[in-house]
Amino acid sequence: MNAVSNLLGTLFQRREAGIVVMIVLLVAAVGIIQPRFLSLETLRIVMLAIPLIMIAAMGQMMVLVARHVDLSIGSILGFSAIVAGMMFRDLPDWPVLVGVLVAVALGGALGLLNGLLVTIFKLPSIIVTLGTLSLYRGFVFLVSNSRQVDPQFIPKSLIQMSQTSPFIGIPWIVIIAFIVALLTYFFLDHTRLGRQIYAMGSNPVAAPLRGIRVVPVTLLVFTISGALAGLTGVIYASRFGYVNPGITGVGFEFTVIAAVVIGGVSINGGVGTVLGTVLGVILLGTVNVALPILGVSAFWQDAIYGTVIIVALLIDRSVRQRGIKALSGARSNA
Amino acid sequence: MNSTEATTTSTVRDAAAARPRWQVLLIRPETMTLALLIGAIIVASNLSPFFSDLGFILESSTYYIEYALVALVLTLVIISGEIDLSPAAMMALSACVFAWCYQAGVPIELSMAASLVAGILMGLVNGILVIRFQLPSIIVTIGTLTLYRGLAQVLAGDRSIGKFPKWFNGIDYRLVFDVPVPVILFIVASIVLALVLGTTVVGRQIYQIGTSEVAARHAGIRVRRIKTGLFVLMGIVSSIAGLLTASRLASVRYDMATGGELQMVLMVMLGGTYIFGGRGTILGTFLASWLLVIIATGMTVANIAVTSQLIVMGLLLIVSIIATNAIYARTQR
Amino acid sequence: MHANITTETGAPLMSARGITKQFAGIEVLRNVDLNLMRGEIHALLGENGAGKSTFAKILAGVYRPTRGTLMLNGSPVEVSSPIAAQKLGITLIHQEPISFPDLSVAENLVLGRTDGALLGRVPWAQMTRDANALMDLLGVRIDVTKPMRGLSIADQQMVEIARALASDSRLIIMDEPTAPLTPKEVETLFKIARRLRDEGRTIVFISHRLEEVRALCDRVTIFRDGDKVETVATDALTDADIIRLMIGRSLKEYLHKTGSTIGEVALKVENLTLPGFFADVSFEVRKGEIVGLGGLVGAGRTDVARAIFGVAPAASGRVAVNGKEVTISEPSDAIALGLAFVPEDRATAGIFRTLSVEQNITAAIPKRIAPNGVIRRALEKALASDSVKKLRIRLASLRQPIGELSGGNQQKAILARWLLTDPSVLILDEPTRGIDIGVKAEFYDMIGELAASGRAILLISSELPELLALCDRVLVMSEGRLTANLSRTEATQESVMHAAVPKTARQTVGVAA
Repeated sequence: MNAVSNLLGTLFQRREAGIVVMIVLLVAAVGIIQPRFLSLETLRIVMLAIPLIMIAAMGQMMVLVARHVDLSIGSILGFSAIVAGMMFRDLPDWPVLVGVLVAVALGGALGLLNGLLVTIFKLPSIIVTLGTLSLYRGFVFLVSNSRQVDPQFIPKSLIQMSQTSPFIGIPWIVIIAFIVALLTYFFLDHTRLGRQIYAMGSNPVAAPLRGIRVVPVTLLVFTISGALAGLTGVIYASRFGYVNPGITGVGFEFTVIAAVVIGGVSINGGVGTVLGTVLGVILLGTVNVALPILGVSAFWQDAIYGTVIIVALLIDRSVRQRGIKALSGARSNA
Repeated sequence: MNSTEATTTSTVRDAAAARPRWQVLLIRPETMTLALLIGAIIVASNLSPFFSDLGFILESSTYYIEYALVALVLTLVIISGEIDLSPAAMMALSACVFAWCYQAGVPIELSMAASLVAGILMGLVNGILVIRFQLPSIIVTIGTLTLYRGLAQVLAGDRSIGKFPKWFNGIDYRLVFDVPVPVILFIVASIVLALVLGTTVVGRQIYQIGTSEVAARHAGIRVRRIKTGLFVLMGIVSSIAGLLTASRLASVRYDMATGGELQMVLMVMLGGTYIFGGRGTILGTFLASWLLVIIATGMTVANIAVTSQLIVMGLLLIVSIIATNAIYARTQR
Repeated sequence: MHANITTETGAPLMSARGITKQFAGIEVLRNVDLNLMRGEIHALLGENGAGKSTFAKILAGVYRPTRGTLMLNGSPVEVSSPIAAQKLGITLIHQEPISFPDLSVAENLVLGRTDGALLGRVPWAQMTRDANALMDLLGVRIDVTKPMRGLSIADQQMVEIARALASDSRLIIMDEPTAPLTPKEVETLFKIARRLRDEGRTIVFISHRLEEVRALCDRVTIFRDGDKVETVATDALTDADIIRLMIGRSLKEYLHKTGSTIGEVALKVENLTLPGFFADVSFEVRKGEIVGLGGLVGAGRTDVARAIFGVAPAASGRVAVNGKEVTISEPSDAIALGLAFVPEDRATAGIFRTLSVEQNITAAIPKRIAPNGVIRRALEKALASDSVKKLRIRLASLRQPIGELSGGNQQKAILARWLLTDPSVLILDEPTRGIDIGVKAEFYDMIGELAASGRAILLISSELPELLALCDRVLVMSEGRLTANLSRTEATQESVMHAAVPKTARQTVGVAA
C-alpha cells in the first residue's frame, strides 16, 4: 500500500531515523548494563507506558503544528476522568461506553473553550491555557467535591482493557492508542483539512489569503486536542483503576510536550509528523521503564523530562539554522 | 514646500492629532486594577469585619507576598518581551539547595549563600538558553521549570527538611512598625524597581527592547546584556522568595510553591502589563498583588475551599489579559 | 510579431471606475479610471507611495476601495477578498512571494483551491504530476516534492506564476517581480509573460525599471501622489517623459550635490567577508564624501552595512574608523566609535512604534540624557524639540507615539536620533524609501549638508537617479562582491547597471563559503 511505502520512505530520510537510532542505542545500553531489561516483561511494561502519552500527544502535536500550544490537557484529562469515574460510581447500570463518550465530549468542549478564547480575543494560547489549566483543575475539585473515585467503582470491563489482549499479548489500550495515531496520520497527511493545519502553522499570515478559514480550523484543532485528552482520561482510569482530583493528570502536559518535541514537532509551527511523535512517545516510555531497572530513583524522572525538552529544543534550533544557512545564498536583501 | 500654507495643510496628513492628556492618564489598565482593588476591599469588608483591620490583611498576606516579590521582577521580564515560567520551580530548588546544605552540616549563613548562588545559576541557564541560543523563553522556561522542579526532587526526595535554627524560622511573624518583614521587603522592592523602571535609562531601555528588540539593537541598546540580567535577577529574587517560604514554613519540600508560576503571571497580567511586551508598570503589579491578597483571603474567610480558588484564579487570569489587550488595542492606532 | 495592443479597441477585460482609497482618512488613491484590455501587458509606473501598489491590491481583493467600482467583462463585480479574486480569475503575484515554507512546492500550488471536500483525500500522486507538468510548461527545473523553504526567491516566484496558471487566471498582476531576479531569470519571466498575453490573458506589470517596461509592456499607466496621470502606449513616451510624469518635474530640479571638501579616510573596510552573504569587500569613505552603494536587491549591500555596524558582524576582514583599526561586535561599539546607521526597514529596525517621538529621538544617547543613570526630563525634552525644529519634523506633540507620524517624518526622527550622537560616519540604507516626494527633497538637502559639515556618508540606494545625482563615488555590488568603484564622471545608468547585473562566470562565487 502506498501509505506504507510513504511511511517507510520518511523513516529513512528524516529526523525519525535519528529517534529510532536513539531508541536502539538506549535499549542496547540498558540491556548491557542490566540484561534482565531485555525481556518480554519489559516490552509489556513499555507498551503500557505508551498509550496515555501517545493519545494526548496526537492532540498536542496538532496544536503545535498549528503554531499554538495547549497547557491545559492535564486538567482536561483530570476533568474527563473524574466525571466518567463518577458516572461509573453513581450510575453503575449505564453502559461503560456512555461514560467514555461523555469523557471525550467534555474534553472536546473544554478544548473548544480554549480555542474560542484564543481566536475571539486573539490571545496567546500559552497564557490562555495556563489560565484554563487552573480553571479546569478547579472544575475537577468542584464536581468531585475533592473526593477520589475508588478502584471498586471502576468497571471491570474498563480495567480489563489494560490487561487483556485481542492478539499476541498487545493490550487493548495499546491498540486503541495506535488506532488513534493511524487516524491522526490519515487526517493530517491525507485530507485537505489536515494539510490546511500545516499551512496555517507554517505561515499564519498567508493562510487567509489562500482561503484557509483560520478561526474554524484553530477551533477544530483545540477541540480535537481536548477530546483526545478526554479519551486519555478514560484510559487513565483503565490503567490505574482510580481517579483522584489532586493527582490524575497533574503535570501531564509537560510529559506530553516533552514527547512531542522529542518527536521533532517544531514549536514554530508547520513541522511535525505522526511517525516522529509516535517514536518520541516510545523513546520517552522506554526511558521511563529503563530508569527503575537501572536503579535510578524515580525522583529523577522530572529532571530528565526537563533536560529532554531543552535538548530537543536545541536540536530543533540547529536543524532550523542549517536550513537557514542553506537558504542564505538565495536570500533577499530585505 | 517651506511656505506656511504647505506646512499647515500637511499637518493633517503628516501626523494624527495627539490624544488628550486625561485620556492618556486615565484609560490604562492600572486604573482597572485600582478600581477592582477598591471594589474587592468594599466587598470583603462587608463579608467580614476582619477586613477593616489592616493588621489582619497584612498577616494574611505573607503567603502571597512571596509570589508578589517575584512578580515584580517578572513584570520587568514581561515588559522586555520575554516570559519566565520557572520562578516557582527556582524557589523550590534554591530552597532545597539551602536545606540540603544545612542538613549536610554547612553553616546556615553559607547555606543561604549557596541558595542565592543556585538562584543566579538557574537564572543564568534560562538567560543563556533564551539569549545565546535564541529559543523562545516561554517554551524554554517550561523545560527548565520541569528540570528545576525535578532536581529539587532529586535533592530532597519526598522528605520535608526542617529543624532550622530558631532565628531563621517565622520571618512572617517578625514585625517592623507592625508590618511583617516580608511585606516590608516587598514594599521596598516595589519602590526601588518602580524608580528603576520609571526614571533610569535601564528602565527606559527595558520598554524599548519590549517594543521592538530589533530597533533597540540598532539603537545601540545592549539587549542581550539587559535581558540576561533580568533572567539572573529572576533567579535571585526567586531564591530570596524560596528562603522566605522556608522560614515561614520552617521546613522545605521539593513541591514548595507548586503552581506558583500561575499566581505570579496572574499578578503581572492583572496589573495591566501587556503580554506582548513594551507596556506595563510596577504600580500595576503592586496593586494587583494586594488585589489577589484580598481576594484570596476573602475567599478563605468566606469559607470557599482552596481548591475552588483555582477556578477564580484561572478566570481572573483570562479576564485580565482580555481586558488589558482591549485597553491597549483602544489606545493604539 | 503579435499585434500589440496600444489602443483601447474592443471591450476591456477589467475596468476601474472612480476608484478611491483612504487609509485612516488619508487618500492614497483618487478617482482612478482605467481599462485593462484582453491580451495586453500593462505597466503601472510611479514613485513609491504613488498608489500603484494600492491599486493593484484593490484589483486583487487585498484592499477594498473606499469608493468606485470594478467592472469585469462589462458588469460590476465585488472583489471582496483574495479568494473572491481568484474565483474571478485574478491573481496577484506579490513582490515577496507568499508561501508556506514547510509545505512542498506541489502543495503550495494547489493550496487555496476551493474544489473538493475538506475531508476529501489529498491526491498526492496527481498533485505531483500536475505540478511537474506546470514546471515543464514554464521551462523551470524545480523538484516539486521538496519544501518551499529551500527555494531561491526566483524559483518561489516561478511557483507563484505556476499557481496563477494552475488556476487559469485571466488577469495576472505582478508586483515588482524582477527585483530579486538575475537577467536570465528575467528573460524567462518575460518569455512566459508574452506567451500568456498571446493566449489572450491580461498582465499588469509593476516595476521601477524603465528598460524592462519598455521591453515588455504594451501600454503604461503612470501614477503620481494617488492620481492616475496618464495611460499611453509605451512607444509614445521617451524615458524623460515618463520620469517627468512620475515626479511632476524633472529630476535635476531637486537633485543636487553641494560641493564639499573631501578630507581624510573616515571609514576603511578591508576584505570583509561573511560566508553566504558577501565576500572580500574593501572600500573607503572619506570625510565630506558621499559614497553610493548600488546593486540589485539581494546583492549583499544591506548585509555589508549591518556587518560594519555590528548588527550581524562579518566573519573576517578589517574595519578601521578614522585611521584606527577597530572591532565592532555590537551596534553599541559602533556608536561609541562615531558610526550611525539608518536601517532600510524603518518599521521594525528603526522606530519604537508605540513609544513617544521624544523617546525615539533620544534612544541612542543614554549618557547625554542621563549622565548618572537617571533621565533628566527637561534636558531630554530640550534636545528632542531642538531636533524637531532643525529637521522640520511635523508632529502634534513630542509625547505622541511615533507610529502616528507619516513615514517621512518617522524617518526624519530616526535621522535626528543619529545626528544627536554627532557621528563621523553615517550609513544610510534606502533612506528615502516610501517617503513623499516633497520630504524626499528635504532629505537630499540634508544629506548634502551633512557631507558638507565633514561627515563621511555611505548611501545605499536602489534608485539610480538618487545615487548618480548625490554621490561623489558609486560602489556597486553584485552577488555579494564589489564589482565596481566608479567616480562621479564614470557613474552612469549604464555603467552602474552593467556592474550590478550578475555575470554567469561569477554566478557561484558570492555564495561559496
